[in-house]
Amino acid sequence: MSPFVAGVRAEFTKLLTTRMWWLLAIILFAYIALIAGGLGALFAGTGSDSLGRGPNPATLGPLAPLIYSFATSVGYVFPVLLGALATTGEFRHQTLTPTFLANPRRGQVLGAKSVSTVFVGAFYGVVALAASVGVGAIVLSVFGKDAMLGDGSTWALVARAVMAMALWALIGVGLGALVPNQVATIVIVLAFTQFVEPLLRLASSFSEPTAAIGKFLPGSASDALVGSSFFTISTPGAGVLEWWQGGLVLLTYAVAFTVGGYVVSWRRDVT
Amino acid sequence: MPQGVPIEFTGVTKRFDQVAAVTDLSFTVEPGRVTGFLGPNGAGKTTTLRMLLGLVRPTSGTATIGGVPYAHLPSPLTTVGAALEAASFHPGRSARNHLLVYAHAARIDTSRVNAVLKKVGLTDYADRRVGGYSLGMRQRLGLAFTLLGDPGVLVLDEPINGLDPEGIKWIRGFLRELADEGRTVLVSSHLLSEVQQSVDEVVIIAKGELVHRGTLASLDTSTITVLVDAPDRAALGSALEAAGLAFTTVSGGLLVSGVEATDVGHVAFVAGIELSALHRQRSGLEESFLALVGAGDSL
Repeated sequence: MSPFVAGVRAEFTKLLTTRMWWLLAIILFAYIALIAGGLGALFAGTGSDSLGRGPNPATLGPLAPLIYSFATSVGYVFPVLLGALATTGEFRHQTLTPTFLANPRRGQVLGAKSVSTVFVGAFYGVVALAASVGVGAIVLSVFGKDAMLGDGSTWALVARAVMAMALWALIGVGLGALVPNQVATIVIVLAFTQFVEPLLRLASSFSEPTAAIGKFLPGSASDALVGSSFFTISTPGAGVLEWWQGGLVLLTYAVAFTVGGYVVSWRRDVT
Repeated sequence: MPQGVPIEFTGVTKRFDQVAAVTDLSFTVEPGRVTGFLGPNGAGKTTTLRMLLGLVRPTSGTATIGGVPYAHLPSPLTTVGAALEAASFHPGRSARNHLLVYAHAARIDTSRVNAVLKKVGLTDYADRRVGGYSLGMRQRLGLAFTLLGDPGVLVLDEPINGLDPEGIKWIRGFLRELADEGRTVLVSSHLLSEVQQSVDEVVIIAKGELVHRGTLASLDTSTITVLVDAPDRAALGSALEAAGLAFTTVSGGLLVSGVEATDVGHVAFVAGIELSALHRQRSGLEESFLALVGAGDSL
């Protein structure tokens, strides 16, 4: 086994031997199931003949991809937290010491951590989509809407959403190295994803030049990669990238954060 | 049995910003012996050990293990085992999994995990989360990590801190056993008395600089002083002066150095002075140690 593969294995062992990964996974599943089920029922219900008010179903387009994409448009904060906790935890619990004693090639360690976290991030994608597609399809069927489970585009969306969640985990690892203070990182992640970025996306959608910049925000890029999102539909003025461009933008953020984090904290003295 | 290799510091200096933590430190630690690395708190011991282990980059100088810097060791954990502080564990991970992580990272056979847990006496607690461990149990887990790769060189920072008397006895025997097997053992402590029963050699630093190195015996400067007192202290002083003996006045009497008690007694007898006290005092290792590191700076 090469040292790098051994490192990936060690990082997997780290991730899977504390309670954090499955606690986050359970909360993610419950949260997405609630949102997909609740908003799915709301949209499907308001679109039906019995209720005349609410958004015009025609502008929403097909409901199924919108509801399924809650897995990422709402759930992406979970892989970011997973990745960020994976790196900041090393600083917080001073486990960088045994980690770098076992492998003093620090870049290799950070690479191994990224790889292992990407896989767990993809697993979170599967968990989130199990919730959004599982619960969403049931709700749509109940309201007599097309769940589109036989449609190839639905499964393409699922695959791209898993990829997005994996990339978000990678961003989390880089962010954690860039801001090694665990509390600060969690505050940044929550404030940015839940508050700052939605506002920025909304504000940038009001004019064309800003929309051209706003589509490069990580959340916009993620929605572009997945191909559908509640946010994209509710702010029609916002620009949208191609799905593969969105993926590249996310990857660029992840690489930039990770390289920056390596320079800022990872290669520093461990005292 | 893994053979120890020498640890070598050559002109190692470390400055944090403008503060010098360690200055031009050079010494060698030989295999087959237990070497005590001593100095008061804040003397730079931990920084020195962290530089040896590639965790802290020296400002200048080199620290090597068998001639190789830590970062270039082909298999670090099977060459050097280090226990730096009691807190380097994730509190939510069990001892067994903690060791498993680093066994995987260093490509060490996982059967070693059970072996080292048994060796340090943690087998019964191995599946509990480390967050619930006592300081002594954490120290033992730190030692288990040290032994994971069955290394020829051991570097232990304050391993006796937090151990109960039974644990202290155990670790003393343990260090001796490791050195007798031919391994290199470097143990830091801020208290000489803590390690003087187990070390063969000492390296003493103060304020980041080397102040003494040699065998434990070399530390024993064997200065003999005699404390003498008399109801008529002034007369005693005059008599000693007349006999050509230098003394200093302390609260308990007069302190005469460089002579035996019989000489002082004789002087008093000849002068017809009644004595109220006559003690022979031998300055111990601890006094020599404190004198070297500057008593005012130690704890």
